[in-house]
Amino acid sequence: MKFAFFPGCVAKGAAPELYTSTVKVAEILGIELDEKAMESASCTGAGVLQEKNQLLGDTLNARNIALAEKQNLPILTICSTCQGVMSQAEQRLENEEYRAQINETLKEEGLEYTGKTPTRHLLWIIVEEIGEKKFKSLVKRKLETLNLAPFYGCYLVRPSKALKFYENPERETCLEDLTEWVGAKVTDFPGSKACCGFPILTVNEKAALKMVGNHTSSAKDLGADAMVTPCPLCHLNLDQYQNRAAGMMKREIDLPIIHVPQLVGLALGLDPKELRINKHIISTKKLLSELSLRP
Amino acid sequence: MVQTAKKTVQITIKRQDPEVDGNKPYFQDYNVEVEDWFTVLDVLIKIREQIDGTLSLRCACRASICGSCAMRVNGQAKLVCKTKLTTVMKDNKILVEPVGNMPVITDLTTDFKPFWDKMLAVDPYLKPEEEAPEAEYIAPNEDMVHLVGVMNCIMCGACVSDCTVLEVKDDFLGPAALAKAYRFVADPRDDAENERLSNLIEDGGIWDCTRCMQCVEVCPKDVDPMSRIMAMRANSMDKKMNKSYGARHANAFTSLIKSSGVLNETLLILKTKGFFNIIELIKLLPLAISAQLAGKRPPFLSHSIKNKDNLKKIFKKLENK
Repeated sequence: MKFAFFPGCVAKGAAPELYTSTVKVAEILGIELDEKAMESASCTGAGVLQEKNQLLGDTLNARNIALAEKQNLPILTICSTCQGVMSQAEQRLENEEYRAQINETLKEEGLEYTGKTPTRHLLWIIVEEIGEKKFKSLVKRKLETLNLAPFYGCYLVRPSKALKFYENPERETCLEDLTEWVGAKVTDFPGSKACCGFPILTVNEKAALKMVGNHTSSAKDLGADAMVTPCPLCHLNLDQYQNRAAGMMKREIDLPIIHVPQLVGLALGLDPKELRINKHIISTKKLLSELSLRP
Repeated sequence: MVQTAKKTVQITIKRQDPEVDGNKPYFQDYNVEVEDWFTVLDVLIKIREQIDGTLSLRCACRASICGSCAMRVNGQAKLVCKTKLTTVMKDNKILVEPVGNMPVITDLTTDFKPFWDKMLAVDPYLKPEEEAPEAEYIAPNEDMVHLVGVMNCIMCGACVSDCTVLEVKDDFLGPAALAKAYRFVADPRDDAENERLSNLIEDGGIWDCTRCMQCVEVCPKDVDPMSRIMAMRANSMDKKMNKSYGARHANAFTSLIKSSGVLNETLLILKTKGFFNIIELIKLLPLAISAQLAGKRPPFLSHSIKNKDNLKKIFKKLENK
């Protein structure tokens, strides 16, 4: 399985451990990541650029996908936000007139968007392509002692039409499924598909912190040892701002937040250091000691 | 006569009564025999009429027109008259709760006063500069077509129920009122666009939306409130209403992508908050230090994408469209 690898800006910036852990687990999962195919690709706009100019945002995403299409490769992302923004652009590009308008711009660079190879998140590829049987056969370390709270990130759950849940119903529960495949128990908590608050952090920090505090504390109170997320932006907010949220709530939370490939890597038997699981603000020491591992 | 399949399902309802047990919410299960064509509303009415007359709920048209029967089904706001039981049942069970973000009166009936107050706060009427015409205001059909979607709102409150910002900030105007605001901002017969947008960029307005898309997902009429909010953000920035951190963030983000193709998180924060905004930057210092200690402070200088001149050409062509 070969993919054009689109890590997204955050995995190359504020969450480098996501990039490193992805590369490690992809090798074991038999996923070939071609990052060179995407070296001219830009940021998706993360829904922010789209606030100013949707046509420009959709053109950038059509360009990124066209770069992969030129190599006959589908795109693999590791960011819920990148995935959602690209899926929304893909949905709008189904309109022939709009697609022609955007292709007119891309033509100047010798590119054309066809939409024949939809972009997919690593989490979806694991669930849809590798599947339960093969994945479980690769598991070397069952994480049976762990209770994990899934946190999807808005862009991987809404709008369900753009994300094609009607064609791929497994996407609705893929994070819970993966958690069970690694042998851990799912902590069912009300915020798993809610917003982490990241997009309003600069506008209204108090509201964003309340979201962080509500989600992490409710997961913790329901018995979670850690939270797992496929979105690096959610990770940044839930990890980096958790202590501040705890201070605002005048309580302790102390819930480690781990990336999907870090969870997969632990189950595949990788060393926590290789997965850079020690590179979080909220310590993962206790979590790893549950698995009799040292950070 | 057409034969239909019958089966028994378990309906769990979140109940609350100011006259019972100090208004404390509780859950009550009902086992109900249903037909396969039942909507969620059908089963609720059956419970009220045949099993438990004390159950309180609101409904009227039963045809997704009046907007009275929004409730949370399995945790998500839905118009229950439009929701077939078979599409939401899991193991022959469903959970029905009142809409969120509004005070409960009794059981599934909520107080819409906050909803209407916010709707009124956006001045939901035309404000023309010229004298009112003797008859109706007339606008060409093509100028109004784009507003049809937003005018489909039946004010059921589903979007408000599941708005993630309202859960933490009750003075946010919310998706329904902001969609209504857009309906007048974008109306060619209205002359108060600048006044409206100046109010909407303040605290509690368009920049408080977190783009979680819950309102897009749950709206039974495809009003798409979030896109209306985004359209007003773009409109306000076009009009140089750039004082809020939201607009500063969007402008900084766009300029960074234009210059290198990728996002530089450090510069994004500095540009949004302002390089000389010492108080705000000091507040960020502990976070920067903890990121540094964890070995994950984003680089100050980031790389550029290959062929970034091609990207710049696209910006040049489209950035002012």
